[in-house]
Amino acid sequence: MTAKATTKIKVLYFAWVRERIGLAEEEIEPPAAIATVGELTAWLAGRGEQYAHAFENPKAIRAAIDRSHVRADAKIEGAGEIAFFPPMTGG
Amino acid sequence: MTTTIRLQREPFDIAAEAAKLAGGRTDIGAVVTFTGICRADENGAPIAALTLEHYPGMAEAEIARHVEEARARWPLLGVTVIHRYGRLQPGEVIVLVATASSHRQAAFAAAEFLMDYLKTRAPFWKQVETVGGATWVEAKSADDAAAERWSAPPPRNEAAK
Repeated sequence: MTAKATTKIKVLYFAWVRERIGLAEEEIEPPAAIATVGELTAWLAGRGEQYAHAFENPKAIRAAIDRSHVRADAKIEGAGEIAFFPPMTGG
Repeated sequence: MTTTIRLQREPFDIAAEAAKLAGGRTDIGAVVTFTGICRADENGAPIAALTLEHYPGMAEAEIARHVEEARARWPLLGVTVIHRYGRLQPGEVIVLVATASSHRQAAFAAAEFLMDYLKTRAPFWKQVETVGGATWVEAKSADDAAAERWSAPPPRNEAAK
């Protein structure tokens, strides 16, 4: 039985999420056990102080997979691009 | 239906865009335009400038999805949405939503619907410059409530009309 290979995902950060982390985008390789957006958020928060600060209130973070809004329970498998950002203030 | 969706840094000409939308057509009886303007204050404090960050690719896609939804809900003959990004000064236009239909009810309703969704679902983020520095504008629950009302089923007396 082979373990699921880890995949590289492009992650984008916007607004104060981007400012706190200090990066606009990066490529990550989460462990195979990470299946959902919520789990990915928790994993990212553990990567360092800046990430913890950005994700300290998960309810304040929104996500999009391949440029469509998704909820925390969305599966990340097959995602090409995942974006994390605060609630939007367009218009 | 003619659809125009543009994201740009540059200002736009509201009258010219509305004229393009109506385009000499004789089936359009109503054109509604909404213009969003940068105010000189945010939460009671004066601001020097407003900067709009956006998610290129997703912003256009998200606006297009909502224009499609508006088209499915109302008999529209044309829609134009233009949203600026970058650094804007108070008094400058930020966004234009223009809708065209045979009659006014659809044009008014679709314009309001699109604005309520632009406020909550389009990936833009505003940052204001004040004497204290730059701060991110917080999303308002009133905007979420405004968007929510479009997903509620119509009240019974409306359906009976």
